[in-house]
Amino acid sequence: MSKTFKGRAVVPGSVTANALVSHNGFNTLASFQKALMFKDKDAKCSDQNNPDIYEKPMHGAALCLPQTIGSTTGGMVLYCAAALGQQPACMLFSKPIDSLAAAGAILADVWTDVSMPVVDGLGDEFLASVQTGAKVEVREDGTVLVD
Amino acid sequence: MSMTLTPEQQSILNGEKGETLAKVMKTLVMYGETFGAEKMVPVTSGYGHLVTSFGLSVMKPVYSLMDQLIGSGALSGQKFSVDPRPLDKNVPTTLLQDLVFKFMYSKQEDYEKQLQTLGLLDKDAFTCACYLEQVGNKPKKGDVLSWAESSAVVYANSVLGARCNRNSGILELFGSVAGFVPYFGLLTEEGRKATWVVEIQTTKKPEAQILGSAIGMKVTEDVPYIKGLTKFIGTELNDDATAYLKDFGAATASNGAVGLYHIEGLTPDAVEQGEKLIAKDAKTYIIDDAELERVQKSYPVIWKDPNAKPKLCFVGCPHLSLKQLHDWTTLLSDALAREGRSKVAIPTVFTSPVAVQAEFKKTPDYQKLIGMGVVLSYICPLMYMNNPLSGKMPVVTNSNKLRTYTSARYHTDAEILGILSKGGN
Repeated sequence: MSKTFKGRAVVPGSVTANALVSHNGFNTLASFQKALMFKDKDAKCSDQNNPDIYEKPMHGAALCLPQTIGSTTGGMVLYCAAALGQQPACMLFSKPIDSLAAAGAILADVWTDVSMPVVDGLGDEFLASVQTGAKVEVREDGTVLVD
Repeated sequence: MSMTLTPEQQSILNGEKGETLAKVMKTLVMYGETFGAEKMVPVTSGYGHLVTSFGLSVMKPVYSLMDQLIGSGALSGQKFSVDPRPLDKNVPTTLLQDLVFKFMYSKQEDYEKQLQTLGLLDKDAFTCACYLEQVGNKPKKGDVLSWAESSAVVYANSVLGARCNRNSGILELFGSVAGFVPYFGLLTEEGRKATWVVEIQTTKKPEAQILGSAIGMKVTEDVPYIKGLTKFIGTELNDDATAYLKDFGAATASNGAVGLYHIEGLTPDAVEQGEKLIAKDAKTYIIDDAELERVQKSYPVIWKDPNAKPKLCFVGCPHLSLKQLHDWTTLLSDALAREGRSKVAIPTVFTSPVAVQAEFKKTPDYQKLIGMGVVLSYICPLMYMNNPLSGKMPVVTNSNKLRTYTSARYHTDAEILGILSKGGN
């Protein structure tokens, strides 16, 4: 039985992937730093302050998060990850998207050929119910189905 | 797209000034529309400020994008300063660290050439504290900025009364290239209202870096209106108060995501509007001595050996002002004298903009500071700590920002003076 959540499609697109859930703010620079430096195609998370996702592969995952935090290089880092093929399959925000993540998502959309749907405003219940590993389907209109 | 553009902006978006500039404008429009902006407004500050100062070898997509901008003539319409350089040969390193730095920042020279072509203000305009008088990138009240660097943005908004959102790297350059930024968030009257009231009820002047940390963690990206601080830091934005607010703000922005704060009776918006700045239904956060102690104790120590003796100390993240360099020189000299020492007990680096250092070097305090064994550098301590080998070192700092992003361990100013004058941990 899947649960349905409705958010806003910041970058519209459709994709199905397995969830990777960060209950705390996602520090973009800290998370992608090692993956970028060592060209890790799996993009294993290097943020040791985020036990939910530390050392787990982010590439190809449905990254579920409240918002991003940390350095204002965050958007640029996300853009680099996308341009280098290390990006998540999609980014699903329980809260309204923050300015740094929005910048990264839009830069990836406009300046690369990568498709990385981004949905925000899915609500606290979304983040409370989705589990790492669960199958997540994202639709063009911002609907998210969680198995 | 629902944003209303002027004919000039629309023509850029339509590609009449080239494909690259059209993509720049498209990015800015999408960014604005995500946050409900209905229009773009001109960037009115004299200069921009960029966050990306480091030529990391892995950032090839950024360099390609810069080349696209340069190749199509889409240069910055205003000169800009940039965050601090990642390397300085004066800062202590091992041979192995040097090798890693060489690999990590192998694109530094090429990247700096790109920055110069795009509009770098000066060859030494590398600092996070670009708003200091000596650096010369100090916006006026009401100026609209296209800046990134969280500590600079929060300072410009709060202490100078300028208007800037917490932009990401690249986006801030796009604003300077287009000459427009989307009108939303901290650019608007509504977005500058405080949704938190913070009441300071401490018995003594709070440590700026811990107070900022506490507020950042509590309010995250909201705007706080802070009462009860002027009895400790005064009602005048003098050198002492602005230095305090620089460090305080950097901690709010890095421990949370604060882009603007108001200090009752001190910062420009608060002086002008007072409690009219407080939004209806604002929440309250009371800070007393116990709360600050709780916050400081909550910081994790992620050193492999928590009892290790520190091997390096960084003071100056964000970069130190001229007044702070003088104050630290006096404090350190007194602390060493009390312990019967003439030099610091561990390698110590003070960081400050090149332009501030130039002024400092004209004073007797410079020789006094160097004589105590302190290295004066323009480096970004964060970039130094990003070297995996640096990350394994027991490094201490009085910067809450450095603590947040790296393995460096935070200590109050008084504790740092103790470590530098007595050694140990």
